[in-house]
Amino acid sequence: MSQRFLMGNEAIALGALHAGVNVVSGYPGTPSTEILETIAKNNKDSSVYVEWSVNEKAALEVGAGAAYSGARSLVTMKQVGLNVASDPLMSLAYVGVKGGMVIVSADDPGPISSQTEQDTRHFAQFAKLPVFDPSSPEEAYEMIQDAFELSEKYGTPVLFRPTTRVCHGCANVEVRDSFEPHKAEGFVKDTMRWVIFPRTSYLNHCRIEKRDPQLGEEFSIYRFNKLSGSGRKGIATQGISYAYTCEALDGAGSECRLLRIATPNPFPEKLALEFLEGLDEVVCIEELDPVIERELIFICGRHNLNVKIHGKLDGTVQPAGENTVESVKDVLSKFLDIKYETEEYPAVPELPVRPPVLCAGCPHRASFYAVKQAVKGRKAVFSGDIGCYTLGNAQPLDMVDTCLCMGADVTIAQGIHRVEPDTLNFSFIGDSTFFASGITGVINAVYNQTDILLIVLDNSTTAMTGHQPHPGTGVTMMGEVCNAVSIEKILGAVGCTYVRTVDPLDLSAAESAVREAADMKGVRAIIMKSPCIAVCKPQELYSVDAGKCINCKKCIRELGCPAIVLSEGRPAIESSLCYGCGVCAQVCPAGAIGR
Amino acid sequence: MNNTLLCGVGGQGTVLASRLIAFAAMEKGENVRTSETIGMSQRGGCVVSHVRSGKDIASPMLPKGSADVIIAFEPAEAVRNISYLKKGGTVVVNKKAVKPVTASLTGSDYDGSEALEYLKANAADLRIIDGDDICRKCGSTKVLNIALLAAAAKSGALGMTVEELKSAVIKRIPERFHEINLKAIELA
Ligand code: SF4
Ligand code: SF4
Repeated sequence: MSQRFLMGNEAIALGALHAGVNVVSGYPGTPSTEILETIAKNNKDSSVYVEWSVNEKAALEVGAGAAYSGARSLVTMKQVGLNVASDPLMSLAYVGVKGGMVIVSADDPGPISSQTEQDTRHFAQFAKLPVFDPSSPEEAYEMIQDAFELSEKYGTPVLFRPTTRVCHGCANVEVRDSFEPHKAEGFVKDTMRWVIFPRTSYLNHCRIEKRDPQLGEEFSIYRFNKLSGSGRKGIATQGISYAYTCEALDGAGSECRLLRIATPNPFPEKLALEFLEGLDEVVCIEELDPVIERELIFICGRHNLNVKIHGKLDGTVQPAGENTVESVKDVLSKFLDIKYETEEYPAVPELPVRPPVLCAGCPHRASFYAVKQAVKGRKAVFSGDIGCYTLGNAQPLDMVDTCLCMGADVTIAQGIHRVEPDTLNFSFIGDSTFFASGITGVINAVYNQTDILLIVLDNSTTAMTGHQPHPGTGVTMMGEVCNAVSIEKILGAVGCTYVRTVDPLDLSAAESAVREAADMKGVRAIIMKSPCIAVCKPQELYSVDAGKCINCKKCIRELGCPAIVLSEGRPAIESSLCYGCGVCAQVCPAGAIGR
Repeated sequence: MNNTLLCGVGGQGTVLASRLIAFAAMEKGENVRTSETIGMSQRGGCVVSHVRSGKDIASPMLPKGSADVIIAFEPAEAVRNISYLKKGGTVVVNKKAVKPVTASLTGSDYDGSEALEYLKANAADLRIIDGDDICRKCGSTKVLNIALLAAAAKSGALGMTVEELKSAVIKRIPERFHEINLKAIELA
């Protein structure tokens, strides 16, 4: 054993390796991404198979196939990814697995980098699957190993649900030094087991309903479900909120009973009864939905207990957003009558707001600008998607009118077209998103003869989540070079009426391609291909020639490149930020920007 | 127990700085918890790293009013996080303001001076560092984080001595960068 400084996600990865995981698949998504990356980094001898799948549904099915074959598999994604994977998940819950299978779905209270604040614990209840909810990196390391064991013992996939502050928190963790992959038996044919039929589903449903109460019993004595303290008031909590609660109780000298739930489904009812016994009131502090709160209310009803349960449902705790030490203190100061001392500072001066922006030199900026110029004065709607390019919504580009979920840009544009056929309907999609869930939408448009303009923003990587490879990059997570899947060939093959690849950094070429396509019918596609600045070398930098600059500020007003700043009322290029993309030089009407 | 808060703008190198503090504390046999901003904010937004070391640490995030030192890579970010500073705590701040894109667009004249004035009035122990100057002398913009860490170590509020910082740099940073980083430590 040795002490290592690990991020929660790294701890999950090492825990899985130490549990003998054989096959790991996933799709990048904050806050889950580093789990799979850590597995790949620690896989020098290639004894574990690791892949970034095209999307979460594919990842989950790959993991299921491996587990059918007796291997231990780990599947990683963020919470909205589980929506994509929900079809196989629901059925797999019935079919079950042979080798241990753990599905990590990382939740994002806040949300900090997500579309929704959905709570994976509901998915566990919905699919009737066990779920683990760690509250620190060191617990995550241990718990993921328990999850594999439980999965194999009961022949069921298991969900694992860390939240952002656990995923991205770091701690010193005691870990084993070496690991050995589990020995898989191989796939054994058994139609009754691996082929889902209405008849077998009924039997499986019965089996699950019998099993889950047993699991609840087992969880009532599970080592990470903890009951401590004494008194007539209780706090029920979970995950990182448990850490905040301990922090808030530390030194407060207040008497109360504390229940920490690490396995919210099937709920450890016996343990909860022990907790509730003799209490007058309970407050539930949890992220994100009132899952524990509802369970406790249910248990009180079922057992005729006269205990008041407070939390999100009665407004004692804020219903949305993440908890903090302060929000917990706020709740406890009233509930337990604790006086917290606070450091008061005078009101702060107005501070600059810093919305995230596209990086200096980002080729997406050029793509958005080229499209904007090409259709100036025409009626156009720009449907966007999930990725760095969502940031194209900011001023001065203002080029994202809709954003819903992965792949929706292509299909939302089609719906708008049905209502507004005379509008130019653009859809912007990144390369990784195109492979993940854009292709079906394009085929839908071709089949249904929809007039849309598809702009594929191909920067040859999955940039937002930290530059993962995808099918178009020609490399895999096993370090192999493979044939890159051609976006252009796909678009041609499915019947787009116009397909061109242009370099967006050549603004005039990009603009004329858009103009040409705009006057045609059918599904027209332009691939704007230029690598993300993070995966290529900076070019020679640009600067403003003060002698030539007429101070019209067009570069600032129209581009919004963070490297162009106002210095004493005049534009200047910050050399530490400029990437040398040259777009501002093409925009400047006075030829004042050069190398 | 030592609580340090590092703050700045995405891309300024706060994460490496927080890791070095954590490594140094672990070398001394302490427990460490940190929390980072990862995700969309890294694209030019506000980023914060919490670093806590000691015996028993529950939360990876600092409670408000508990920071022994705030290491700010930018003046406004120090002010934005001032509520984390404990009574009598230290603030190490880089002098240079980072203007947001919105400032260029709206012609707003944020230059950090008002933020620095606020810090002068409200931080018990304030150390303003001319990071640009140190970077110029070292010939690299990449040493800003080490320079700020060094200033914090010299203040005594970091729970880590200058010698411990030097040894962390030597152990954790590739050799070809040792010289410039050690120079930055001297200059800070
Ligand atoms: S060349 Fe111009 S647009 Fe491109 S990164 Fe440099 S300043 Fe920004
Ligand atoms: S667009 Fe050219 S002339 Fe106009 S302000 Fe910018 S650098 Fe000066």
